[in-house]
Amino acid sequence: MTTPVAERLTSLVAALRAHGIRVGTGETVDAAQAMAALGFEDRELLREGLAATLLHGIAQRPVFDPVFDLYFPRGVGAPEPGTADRDDLRDRLAAALAANDEALLARLAAEAVDGFGGYGSAPGSDGWSSYQTLDRVRPQTLLARVRADVGARNGSSGFADRLLDDEIRRRIEAFRGLVATEARRRVAERRDRDQIARRAVAPTADRVDFLFAGKDRLAELRRTVQPLARKLATRLAARRRRAARGSIDLRRTLRGSLSTGGVPMRPVLRRRRPARPELVLLCDVSGSVSGFSDFTMLLVQALHDQFSKVRVFAFVNRIDEVTGLLEHGAADAAGLGARIQAEATLTGWHGSSDYGVALGEFAERHGDAVGPRTTVFVLGDARTNMSDPNLAAVRLITERARRVHWLNPEQRSLWGTGDSAAPEYAELVEMHECRNVRQLGALVGRLLPI
Amino acid sequence: MFTSVDDVSVRLAETGYLASPSVATTVFLADRLGKPLLVEGPAGVGKTELAKAVAEIAGAELVRLQCYEGVDESRALYEWNHAKQLLRISAGRDETWDETRTDIFSEEFLLTRPLLTAIRGDEPKVLLIDETDKADVEVEGLLLEVLSDFQVTVPELGTITATRRPFVVLTSNASRELSEALRRRCLFLHIGFPEEELERRIVRLKVPGLDAALAESVVRVVGALRAMDLRKVPSVAETIDWARTLLALGADSLDETVVRATLGVLLKHQDDVLKAAAKLDLDAL
Ligand SMILES: Nc1ncnc2c1ncn2[C@@H]1O[C@H](COP(=O)(O)OP(=O)(O)OP(=O)(O)O)[C@@H](O)[C@H]1O
Ligand SMILES: [Mg+2]
Repeated sequence: MTTPVAERLTSLVAALRAHGIRVGTGETVDAAQAMAALGFEDRELLREGLAATLLHGIAQRPVFDPVFDLYFPRGVGAPEPGTADRDDLRDRLAAALAANDEALLARLAAEAVDGFGGYGSAPGSDGWSSYQTLDRVRPQTLLARVRADVGARNGSSGFADRLLDDEIRRRIEAFRGLVATEARRRVAERRDRDQIARRAVAPTADRVDFLFAGKDRLAELRRTVQPLARKLATRLAARRRRAARGSIDLRRTLRGSLSTGGVPMRPVLRRRRPARPELVLLCDVSGSVSGFSDFTMLLVQALHDQFSKVRVFAFVNRIDEVTGLLEHGAADAAGLGARIQAEATLTGWHGSSDYGVALGEFAERHGDAVGPRTTVFVLGDARTNMSDPNLAAVRLITERARRVHWLNPEQRSLWGTGDSAAPEYAELVEMHECRNVRQLGALVGRLLPI
Repeated sequence: MFTSVDDVSVRLAETGYLASPSVATTVFLADRLGKPLLVEGPAGVGKTELAKAVAEIAGAELVRLQCYEGVDESRALYEWNHAKQLLRISAGRDETWDETRTDIFSEEFLLTRPLLTAIRGDEPKVLLIDETDKADVEVEGLLLEVLSDFQVTVPELGTITATRRPFVVLTSNASRELSEALRRRCLFLHIGFPEEELERRIVRLKVPGLDAALAESVVRVVGALRAMDLRKVPSVAETIDWARTLLALGADSLDETVVRATLGVLLKHQDDVLKAAAKLDLDAL
């Protein structure tokens, strides 16, 4: 293998590692062998070969593909310059969408970025933007034309005609993806590729901010609930075993030492009561943080074996128990949020979050859910819409509970900005930043009572 | 075993398995690099079928370890045939215990299970460890050992090393996360739902009597169902079942009545059927 190629492989591996994908030297050697065996003629085979050798799971693929595109760019060559006729491009795009010609769509994406994606002229401030490209080409407005085109071409195919609109939408969506890839590639070509690779690629699911995760990402996150729960269960069991071994019981050790003339030969360990703790979850399920709450509820539900009792309460500005909904809904994780919204009483006369009222209602109506063996987790961004945070209610809960933790999905630097009452609450209960699955896993593993 | 990725595709197709480029590439590399292949993906996308097809091409015996909860060393690796040993002990009266013992712990009394079977002998073999995720974590340790050195130690017999390494395929539905250590041993292949064109070819191949235009509609409807938010979307296996059903019914095109009557072949949950019917504008069921 020539040196530049080897170098490119090592940079690719370094970029993957920077995104949290663990690639060992063994895998890198395999990847090099794969490159040698496959050659470079077919870029897509090379992509699959490197993915097979370097990755260990499908969750890593959304990170791998854009990084691969940067280090092994499509050899498109520059399209003829000066052909930036928008209408002409849209005509050809409509035809390609109608024919579902993927190779042609990829070429048109390159042409679109070339013709409409460039901005700036001064070196250093110029670049390529997929946003600008799509804003000018507007592929989403081609739907009607493509539909007519397909109709003219194929005639009616009967029943399946009703699927056509959605099919075209999916093709347009794929084209938008191609444009994004091409813009990223061009930027990378001009700037330091390694630097772009670190910034411009979407992070792995477990590092996605709960607050910014789109629908797709949330679905992907939900699929990590079970594996994460299994990992945590193992960790909790280990911690429980260690704790059960316990500390040295001095009194019983000395009593035991009487037979050895008072020399404590055999330390007696204090046995812990094996009773499992109780857990109460108070979840803000208002729109702004619902992805985070849903995810955490599902995780706790998956861990329920670890506790003698789990109760879950959801609130927006009123609070209601949803434990039952969670048990029955474990199968349909995607619909959980909707079901909670539909079946629980979460809002009074307005629809925005009110922590003060909700926490007050909890202390008053469900106070008996919290006792000396209960650990309480509050989940939410502590944004109260400027209303009274009701610190007295929180104080009441902390006095009753064994422990209270607050997990806040906002980054710490935003706490206290705008209508956030985070600092006030943080004086009363331990508040932790919990922005993504990785942090959540670490916190839950550390904070959950055993 | 293969000269190129294309060669893999062509020869798999000859056995009736139509491979996507990623499948063909990864099978080619697994053979070249001599590494086990870990295949993950939803049910019914042809994971098991792939191992069978490779075995057929290689003219190899397919040795299959079907994993399940509770599968253990005695099911996966080997076991002594206690009943036969007892018979032998009670039969051989005029020899020393040492002699008897040497005898009853010999090949003759060994029951080999798939992992051991796969590494013994000189004939080519394909070892299929199916649904690895169903097995308990302890079994992974065992797999790791066997797949690292392709050798097994039977205390009474010594170490048995493969003279010819089998082509190994592990499959998983990802119901449990397999350990990082095991993943590192393997090439990773995810088989998802096939592209439209490939699925059309699979349907034509598996259900030869079906009209081409109908096959196309079948695949389009299945594609639409997969884009819906259902509890269980149809897999390739269901596509094939549906195509067979349509053929048996003598349908030569799709219409509301036929789709409504046969949706149950594609979807296994009643609420999915209702949801899909609504989205496909089928009148009330
Ligand atoms: N690419 C393909 N070419 C030919 N047949 C295929 C292909 N993919 C799937 N099939 C067919 O689909 C059916 C299901 O395949 P198979 O049993 O191998 O699925 P699987 O992935 O092992 O599913 P499970 O996870 O349920 O074990 C088989 O009848 C197989 O013939
Ligand atoms: Mg199978």
